[in-house]
Amino acid sequence: MPQFDPTFFAPQLFWLAVTFIALYILMATVTLPKIGAVLDERQRKIDDNLDKAAQYKAEAEAAIAAYEKALAESRAHAHTVIKEASERLSKQAEERTHELTAKLNAQIKGGEARIAAAKQTALANVRDVALDVAGATVARLVGTGIDQARLDSAVAAALKENGQ
Amino acid sequence: MANPIEQFKIKPIIDLQVGGIDVSFTNSAFMMVSAVVVATAFLTLSVRSRSLIPGRWQSMAELFYEFIANMLKDNVGSEGRKYFPFVFSLFIFVLFGNILGLLPIPVVGFTYTSHIIVTFAMAAVVFIGVTVIGFARHGLHFLRMFFPHGAPLATAVVLIPIEVISYLSRPLSLSVRLFANMTAGHIILKILGGFVVTLGGMYILPGILPFAFLGAVTLLEIGIALLQAYVFTILTCIYLHDAIHMH
Repeated sequence: MPQFDPTFFAPQLFWLAVTFIALYILMATVTLPKIGAVLDERQRKIDDNLDKAAQYKAEAEAAIAAYEKALAESRAHAHTVIKEASERLSKQAEERTHELTAKLNAQIKGGEARIAAAKQTALANVRDVALDVAGATVARLVGTGIDQARLDSAVAAALKENGQ
Repeated sequence: MANPIEQFKIKPIIDLQVGGIDVSFTNSAFMMVSAVVVATAFLTLSVRSRSLIPGRWQSMAELFYEFIANMLKDNVGSEGRKYFPFVFSLFIFVLFGNILGLLPIPVVGFTYTSHIIVTFAMAAVVFIGVTVIGFARHGLHFLRMFFPHGAPLATAVVLIPIEVISYLSRPLSLSVRLFANMTAGHIILKILGGFVVTLGGMYILPGILPFAFLGAVTLLEIGIALLQAYVFTILTCIYLHDAIHMH
């Protein structure tokens, strides 16, 4: 086998040394630092992004908490506003009812007064008509010469008898 | 049929002599230079864009990097960090030697990892380096490695020679494993290729069978090329671990 032929041991060893040392120097000074830098850079970026993600998460949680607090506050505020408004409205409604009742009462009273006055006038008119009718009737029945005073009292008595 | 051994022959391209020593630039040297150039170009150019989201080439380079870095971290620990360039170079050199050796390159096509002198030289460097690291870290205490803790003193007579022999056989097993795997694989490929040519030349159908088989074995050889590079590297890591942590 050519592997056991010592003729080419020397050149193989020589070139092995040359090429291996060259490879070692290239790897140690150029290639490995380059690949290592790329890997480190990536690891750094990943760690960075993880940190940032954690930070954003915390921020988001704080924002959610703030939002919920604001929501609760505004809910409470809305509650008080609604309560106030309903109280005010019911008060107003009560006042209005009051006013209206008073006004209606006044109107009813006025009406009653007017009715009483009208009744008075009507009664006075009834008297006059009764007087006229009685005068005319007496004049026809007994002829002339009616005593006006006696007629008046008679009509008044008749009216009183009828409860007017 | 072509001689299946012929592919391992070394053919000088440029004859060179330095101080009476033959340092001819051969097909083996050509493939070594090619491996260094291809590997460096691939690993450097693929990360040129420094993308946050890697493309295909970049993720392959990153995969190699992280594969070896994790292997070293898992087997040696943080002390192994400074040997990372060496272990990575070793892996890349063996891997590209194995893979480029599988390519049917005319005239200069060659698998330098199929030569025992190359694999042995690499294994010897690992072995000597590991031994030096062991003595540098632990001094003479490193010799304790040849006698397990807690074993009865009387067993030392048997245990120490066994441990010494197993320690000394490390470079042999490391180099022979790679050399034998690559040599056997390439011989099988060549023989099957010969079958395809001879049988296919005579009848159409019988040629297809060895061709299909050749395809399957080629896939297997690609797997072996990757696996042997991995085995060579992980054994280096384990030896490093022994030298640094002593079992």
